[in-house]
Amino acid sequence: MSGHTGEHADPAVAFESAKLGVWTFLATEVLLFGALFTAYTVFRMQYPEMFRVEHAKLDRVLGAVNTVVLITSSLMVVLGVDAIKRGKARLLEACFGATILLAAAFLCVKYVEYAAKFHHGIYPRTNIFFSIYFMLTGLHGVHVLLGMGLLSYVIVLSRRGRLSADYFTPAEMSGLYWHFVDLVWIYLFPLLYLIG
Amino acid sequence: MPVETESGNGRGYLTERGWRSWAFTLDHKRIGAMYLWSTIVFFLIGGVFALLLRLELLSPQAKYFSNHTYNVFFTLHGSMMIFLFIIPAIPSGLGNFFVPLHIGARDVAFPRLNLASYWVFAAGFLVIIGSLVAPMDTGWTFYTPYSAKSAAAVTTLSLGIFLIGMSSILTGLNFLVTIHKMRAPGMTWHRLPLFIWGMYATSIIQVVATPVVGVTFLLLAAERLLGVGFFDPSKGGDPVLFQHFFWFYSHPVVYVMILPAMGIVSEVIPVFSRKPIFGYDAIAYSSLAIAFIGFLVWGHHMFTSGMSPLANAIFSFLTFFVAVPTAVKVFNWIATLYKGSITFESPMLYALTFIFLFIVGGLTGPFLGALATNVQLHDTYFVVAHFHYTMMGGTVMGFFAGLHYWFPKMTGKMLNEKVARAAWALVFVGFNVTFFTMFIHVENVISTIGSAVLAAGILLMCWNFLQGLRKGAPAPANPWRALTLEWKAASPPDTENFHEIPVVTEWPYGYGTPKA
Amino acid sequence: MDNVHAFGAASGQAARVDGVFLLILVIGVFFFFLTQGMLIYFAVKYRRRLPDRDNETPTITGNPLFEFLWILIPSLVVVAIFYYGWRVYTDQRIPVAGATEVHVNARQWMYEIKYPDGRTAINEIRVPAGKPVKFILSATDVLHGFYLPDFRVKMDMIPGRVTTLWVQPDRPGSYQIYCTVYCGTGHSNMLARLVVMPQREYAEWVEHGGREGGEHEPLAVRGERIVKNAGCLNCHAVEGKEKIGPNFRGLYGSKVPLEDGKSVTADEEFLRESIVDPGAKVVKGYPNVMPTFKATLPREDTDAVVEYLKTLK
Repeated sequence: MSGHTGEHADPAVAFESAKLGVWTFLATEVLLFGALFTAYTVFRMQYPEMFRVEHAKLDRVLGAVNTVVLITSSLMVVLGVDAIKRGKARLLEACFGATILLAAAFLCVKYVEYAAKFHHGIYPRTNIFFSIYFMLTGLHGVHVLLGMGLLSYVIVLSRRGRLSADYFTPAEMSGLYWHFVDLVWIYLFPLLYLIG
Repeated sequence: MPVETESGNGRGYLTERGWRSWAFTLDHKRIGAMYLWSTIVFFLIGGVFALLLRLELLSPQAKYFSNHTYNVFFTLHGSMMIFLFIIPAIPSGLGNFFVPLHIGARDVAFPRLNLASYWVFAAGFLVIIGSLVAPMDTGWTFYTPYSAKSAAAVTTLSLGIFLIGMSSILTGLNFLVTIHKMRAPGMTWHRLPLFIWGMYATSIIQVVATPVVGVTFLLLAAERLLGVGFFDPSKGGDPVLFQHFFWFYSHPVVYVMILPAMGIVSEVIPVFSRKPIFGYDAIAYSSLAIAFIGFLVWGHHMFTSGMSPLANAIFSFLTFFVAVPTAVKVFNWIATLYKGSITFESPMLYALTFIFLFIVGGLTGPFLGALATNVQLHDTYFVVAHFHYTMMGGTVMGFFAGLHYWFPKMTGKMLNEKVARAAWALVFVGFNVTFFTMFIHVENVISTIGSAVLAAGILLMCWNFLQGLRKGAPAPANPWRALTLEWKAASPPDTENFHEIPVVTEWPYGYGTPKA
Repeated sequence: MDNVHAFGAASGQAARVDGVFLLILVIGVFFFFLTQGMLIYFAVKYRRRLPDRDNETPTITGNPLFEFLWILIPSLVVVAIFYYGWRVYTDQRIPVAGATEVHVNARQWMYEIKYPDGRTAINEIRVPAGKPVKFILSATDVLHGFYLPDFRVKMDMIPGRVTTLWVQPDRPGSYQIYCTVYCGTGHSNMLARLVVMPQREYAEWVEHGGREGGEHEPLAVRGERIVKNAGCLNCHAVEGKEKIGPNFRGLYGSKVPLEDGKSVTADEEFLRESIVDPGAKVVKGYPNVMPTFKATLPREDTDAVVEYLKTLK
């Protein structure tokens, strides 16, 4: 993530640039999901009864499990970043590895949920509530998948010895992204699964 | 800091040859050049569609093309011009080339991301071209339900536009970080060239607005593929919701189009008047103001869509306030000319043309912002004339000004001034003849004649560029005697831009005869 | 489409919109000459005099007073324009009490009109002069528009939603209605008329069952008129280059291949069925997109159309 020339000879500038870059990127993600949350709000206000009835068809237990899974995965990321800041590359790899496993578990649970819905004849086209449910969780799921890729890449970098207590930018930036993905779910879960 | 002379063979960043040196380059100048070539090609193709439209409009009944073909042509004209030309041309083309040079940096903050943005753009345009197997006829606004029901390759096109949008976001993100973090020592915010202020405001808009249109096209694709019904009334959806999402991006994006061009005008006017820019602070802050207010007014495209009179009133009120910072720029540019020492080289001709035509475009804005008159003029040729005056009379003229101004720096060659001026004259006359009558009474024959003259001018200009590339006289580092940092680098610049990073001690608009 | 203003205003409300336009025009022209004048004047007056030496140029970087004024004055001007535009618009949106309600439903590519007494029409709305009319607008398939330029009013027609528009037509006359939201290949042919009649003539017209043409108008002539006005020609040509549906000339009596492989003779019954239930027998090679006129064309009108088609040998 640093410049190809000697421009980023100053690692502090490189780190600050990376941080500003990732935060800006997260701002774009807020707007991306924001548009969908806006659609949710518009339709919820328009069809309160339908939302109440339909949302009961979602499995709150599985949703809660996924919430716990994601929060734990974020914890793993925090531990991993802390580890590399102290120079512990192996620990970083272990923690990020755990994060990836938890993310995979998240996606498995989502697969189970989706499969159950399809089995009952509920699809994105069934009604507006489920259109929103599938679009929101689907887009979120894509971000989880991309995050898994990103974290894997950080593990690869670490295994090649490129990360240390002096240079951990990729780890920290990926961590920021992962926390954002977690945060989106923290909004998604109550809005879709819990609110009556 | 002394002006750098070129080293070696005088080809600077262009020295290395071979397609790989371009395809995998991390040099912002090469990436900028690739964007420029691509966007100019799309400008010409989009222009061809316009000429075909004008040909058909010579007669009232369908003569050369069927109704459907005509509708496809105007959709392609609008979509290509907007998504493949006018949004990326100045920011990703000239911006990529000159932002680092202007701030005294060797490159942007994230060079690999920059290269990725070009390849995402290329993927986008390839996908869009792929959608031509079943081209859209919806018009560039793709309103639902028609676009969702259309037999055309909507999903493919939506994906293509999504990719173009992603490229735009990556460029904006890169510039924001670059401008914040990579300014040369001594380059305070108030010593930034005004082109940079314009690019900064543009980047903010790109980053904030584009994701919304990305989701909009994703949802349109989802309507087609998954039967999702956000915009489909038969499923409980709302067609007007599409319009809200679409215009939430598409209004701010017009400021993405105009702010960089205004930045170029702010650079060119002082240089060719030999006077400091008048009201630097106002011009700088007005860019931010325009960006901010621009986010609040999207509803003015929808006054007849059934929105409540209250909502309409709010949007109309806010819309007028965009006019104030815009007017400030115009007054400041004109004030810069006062007691100047003005010469009329081709960059200046285009910059003055920008001001002249943009004033016309801008003064037709209030008719559209005012509720009572908007109702009459919405969805008529008055709007077509308004946006062509601002987008073509404005942005495109600003783009041409930038191309002529920076041609020596980018290529190391000088253009033939006489031919450049002749082309300018054809463009100026052709443009006005094509579009002016649309404000009053559509005169198709006159407009078509004008479009032929305009096309001739543009072709002559392009030919001049090609001739300049092949046989232009070698350019000195600073042919216009300008003070911004890019003119300290060689023409063309070295790959690393500067031998040493400059230390900035002065404001870059210190033109003018010092008082004794 | 004409943007000619300042004349042809068909109502008091329209004239008030013209007033807003005129105000903005005057202000715009003033600022146009001011700014363009200064631009051109300065460019000429301050051009470099000697070929290789700059004029002396003062280092002016700002002028707080001017800069303040040219923020303040435009702000005040735009607020004034906003206010005037808003007031006139508000009057336009709030219908006068006692307006007659006429339903107008748009579909590709025609306007279906329904009057309060149940009468229907296609592409033509008749109202008496001097009485306010409120249009209840809707659409069946895609977005359409309802634009009465002479009255300076316009409203989108949205599937799944109802929008409204009102006018007070004072002057008798025939006023064009345009579709202003792109709706497909027939969009530019999607036209209607608002016919404003003097009150007495209107009353007579209603008494005669709201039919145009004399009682003794030949059926085929009436059919030809309906074909022209009801939007048939948006999809069918009489002869020559085909549009979306089959041409009319030579249709009656011909053998028509159907989509399902069968073949029928285009007799009166076939033609009648094609108008009220077009999907029943789809002609081979043509898309099944013709809308039904069952609700909008009364029996005598369908008969008239069939009679007209019979004359097209």
